[in-house]
Amino acid sequence: MNIPKDLRYVKTHEWASKEGKNVRIGITDHAQHEITDVVHVELPSKGKKVEKGQPCAVVESVKSAFDIYAPVSGTVIEVNDKLDSNPELVNQSPYKDGFFVVIEASNMPEYDSLMSPEDYEKSLK
Amino acid sequence: MNYIPVNEKDNKAMLESIGVKDAAELFSVIPEEARIAKLDMPEGISEHKLVKELERLAARNLSSKEYASYLGAGVYEHFIPAVVGEITNRSEFSTAYTPYQPEASQGTLQAIFEYQSMIAELTGLDVSNASLYDGASAAAEAALLCVRSTGKKKIAVSKALHPEYRKVIATYLRGSGITIVEIELDNGATSLADATKLCDAETGGLVIQSPNFFGIIEDLAEFKAVAQNCSALLAAVINPLSLGVLSSPGECGADIAVGEGQVLGNPAGLGGFTFGFLAVKKEFAWKIPGRIVGQTTDNKGDRGYVLTLQSREQHIRREKATSNICTNSALNALAACVYLSGWGPDGMRKLGEQNIAKSSYAFEQIIKIPGFSPAFPGRAFFNEFAVKTDRNVEELGKKLLSKKIMGPLPLKGFHAGMADTVLFCVTETKTREDIDRLVKTLSEI
Amino acid sequence: MEKQLIEMMEQGQTGYSLPESDVPATALPPLPDKYLRKTRPSLPELSEPEILRHFTRLSRLNYALSTNFYPLGSCTMKYNPPVNEILSGLPGFKYIHPYQPETSLQGAMELMYNLSESLCEISGMHAFTLQPAAGAHGEFTGLLIISSYFKARGEKRTKIIVPDSAHGTNPASAALAGFEIIAVKSGPDGLLDVEKIKETLTPDVAAIMLTVPNTLGVFEKNILKISKLAKKNGSLMYYDGANLNAILGNARPGDFGFDLIHINLHKTFSTPHGGGGPGAGPVGVKKHLAEFLPVPRIEKKRGKFGFDYDLPESIGKVRSFYGNFPVLVKAYAYILALGSDGLRRTGTQAVVNANYMLSKLKSSLPAPAGDRCMHEFVLTGKPLVEYGVRTLDIAKRLLDFKYYAPTIYFPTIVEEAIMIEPTETETKATLDGFIETFLKIIEEAKQNPDMARHAPHTTPVGRLNEVEAARKPVLKWGKVQ
Repeated sequence: MNIPKDLRYVKTHEWASKEGKNVRIGITDHAQHEITDVVHVELPSKGKKVEKGQPCAVVESVKSAFDIYAPVSGTVIEVNDKLDSNPELVNQSPYKDGFFVVIEASNMPEYDSLMSPEDYEKSLK
Repeated sequence: MNYIPVNEKDNKAMLESIGVKDAAELFSVIPEEARIAKLDMPEGISEHKLVKELERLAARNLSSKEYASYLGAGVYEHFIPAVVGEITNRSEFSTAYTPYQPEASQGTLQAIFEYQSMIAELTGLDVSNASLYDGASAAAEAALLCVRSTGKKKIAVSKALHPEYRKVIATYLRGSGITIVEIELDNGATSLADATKLCDAETGGLVIQSPNFFGIIEDLAEFKAVAQNCSALLAAVINPLSLGVLSSPGECGADIAVGEGQVLGNPAGLGGFTFGFLAVKKEFAWKIPGRIVGQTTDNKGDRGYVLTLQSREQHIRREKATSNICTNSALNALAACVYLSGWGPDGMRKLGEQNIAKSSYAFEQIIKIPGFSPAFPGRAFFNEFAVKTDRNVEELGKKLLSKKIMGPLPLKGFHAGMADTVLFCVTETKTREDIDRLVKTLSEI
Repeated sequence: MEKQLIEMMEQGQTGYSLPESDVPATALPPLPDKYLRKTRPSLPELSEPEILRHFTRLSRLNYALSTNFYPLGSCTMKYNPPVNEILSGLPGFKYIHPYQPETSLQGAMELMYNLSESLCEISGMHAFTLQPAAGAHGEFTGLLIISSYFKARGEKRTKIIVPDSAHGTNPASAALAGFEIIAVKSGPDGLLDVEKIKETLTPDVAAIMLTVPNTLGVFEKNILKISKLAKKNGSLMYYDGANLNAILGNARPGDFGFDLIHINLHKTFSTPHGGGGPGAGPVGVKKHLAEFLPVPRIEKKRGKFGFDYDLPESIGKVRSFYGNFPVLVKAYAYILALGSDGLRRTGTQAVVNANYMLSKLKSSLPAPAGDRCMHEFVLTGKPLVEYGVRTLDIAKRLLDFKYYAPTIYFPTIVEEAIMIEPTETETKATLDGFIETFLKIIEEAKQNPDMARHAPHTTPVGRLNEVEAARKPVLKWGKVQ
């Protein structure tokens, strides 16, 4: 299971990456593996306000749908449009091309309280 | 009558295998006080008696087989080619289940795919679903779709929509906290001025019907401009049979097209052979209600069809589904598919033109009769037209009935201030002789 | 592979003949150009023989109830008597308009009135609406009635209790009606814990929505206790009638304490499924809820029938006109034909057939709800997972033997669920044939898993790629060159 060392994690299998004032988010390799083939991702639109721990997106396979929870609060400033026609990017490259959105964080300390890679790995056992 | 093919010997063997002496033991789990000894209704009857009884009930109705009917208003009598019934009566179609196991349901799935394709073509939009219950609930779903897509909480609905559709939209939206504002009439059509006034930044959708309840053709492109101005969507409620000759919702810029599909190959049946169609621009595909069939390939590379985009639906999304719909009106949509297969673009155009020609002829002759005048002068119409009369509307109806003519529809119960107005519907099923007889009978009353 | 209509077309062909257009031109102005269609629709141009052949060939690609055994749990795929098709097609039923004068519709109204009365007797309710077009539509109607009831009483109740074994339409309908869903965890047999229900019954609970027997085919033995608790809390009890076939003629939901119910005519009352409808989901209510029913209601005054629209507390309308009338005709004919004795035998036989199958199949896969069931039962395909075979594969393998697969992955509370409902209209020989095949397939799954994993092998198409269908949706045919 791929768990990059430079990211932070949430128990509900989201990852977060700090980029200055912003936080890029997506779902982990473990998650995409559990969901199997992703066929559709419902993303919030640019400008939408999200709250830590609240559902902000939906990932869908042929037979199921999963809520994705915002790791931090803030405003969505970038949406990965590529997922519209290429949802398989979530399976192929969950940490890079398959990212979901970039959030301008309103409360950056929330990021620091997220799980470390080691803690996330432990939670998977 | 008995449809149970299990005899006593087999039942005995089955009970033995289960390990009980009597079938009643299997019901012991039901509390005694909640069980009944028998139902208080008559015993079963033979097929012969059943047929006699139902024929008796059917004979108590007057049908358009014996009476010339000029009733429309949401349910229409059109010519239905024999091939349509031949196909929908096939038990392989009628007794099949929902195609959840696609490999065993390619017949239904391909037919629905072809239906979706033709609806998309006719409406000039990108994606059609596999059908809804009827035009009214489809209009309600369109309103909900506008709200779901825009995130706004207000819908503007034209008063020229079929009154039952308006009522259903209001009922459907009750639980959702959405405000409905109604756009006023202007000489029988939707008032552009009022629409412009009512549509504001909070409006998520405009719902306009064309031809409207009075048969009047609306200028959908104008309402698209109004909708665009306030970043709302345009949901057009249309008559698919008219789309061989009238401009499509897609051409007018509509985002959503819905309506009643009964006109396509289904009989009037007391308004019970309905199906709602819903078509949208492709960006709304993942937000629409209802089943959708998609084309794909199998593990040998052959083409096949499956239900797709299912994660929108109730069996996966439950309370977050785009709709609660499960069973829809597949067989009626199949009838529409077979019906549409045989006209082609020229046939559809000619069909529309004939409906226009015959209703126009009837209109022209009727308003020549003293005491009959157009209710909405100057308005272009399709199939139906409203007429003001100085006759007592109730007496008129009774006298026409005595001459084996049904209709026109008195508008008294539908709109205030229209106690003297009636709605005539003339389709391609009427001959010149029929229309002349109607006119003659009217003029003698 | 059957061509698509658009691939078969020949330019200039028309299948159907238009009626003669014999009216003279009028002096009216032509339609303004802005109303006329500019783009030519790309529709097929075909002859009638081609159309007939195409759709006849398509029909033969289907497994249908008329040709195959359909043990679909929760769907009640029972025999669809052809006489009912003929009766619903009688001219006096087919060629009538909903807005004809009432005096000209007395037969249709009598039928609907009688059907409502029969359904009241069968279910223990006071009044029915025949308007809803399907079960989910009925649920939505019922939930709106519940909402109106509490609004009229000035009580703010926003929650609906639903067991986690409920059909997806239950929470979806509740959400549409503006309620919050509280899912209650049921036991491994799907049964509800009375104590848990008690805890969840807060003053803001409007109703409990239940299917009885539940979606595992087990009768809710504490139903009377649960009803009493609901009543004490001032909450209503809603019955999802999907499983009514189990208790038909032997017991009635009204007697269990339910305040309102919906019935699926296309399940319990033999009307055909049509490949996905039309069905009908009439809603029945006890007296205290009758004023909220949709308009119009059919009333009988001095032997004459009329449409009553004067119902100020009505929830409104959930569809245009009166309901799926031809479906109502078929259900009515079915009820008349069977009568009180026939309906009772139906429920009894449905339960015997299901228990027989369970007694023979429980050796192959575990039945989480135990050795007894009502009209349907659930097995779990979990033991096959270690062989690399899942419930989906078993379902596909059954297709090879000309059986439509049972319901799979529902209810969601059972892992790798397989739900089997034979109904009463199957011979023991048919049941034995299925049992034998099922047992063989389970064995084969352990010895030679690839047969199941790559099934079906003998159907018109092999296993279809649903992932691509969703990722790259092709939802209509391509343009004609």
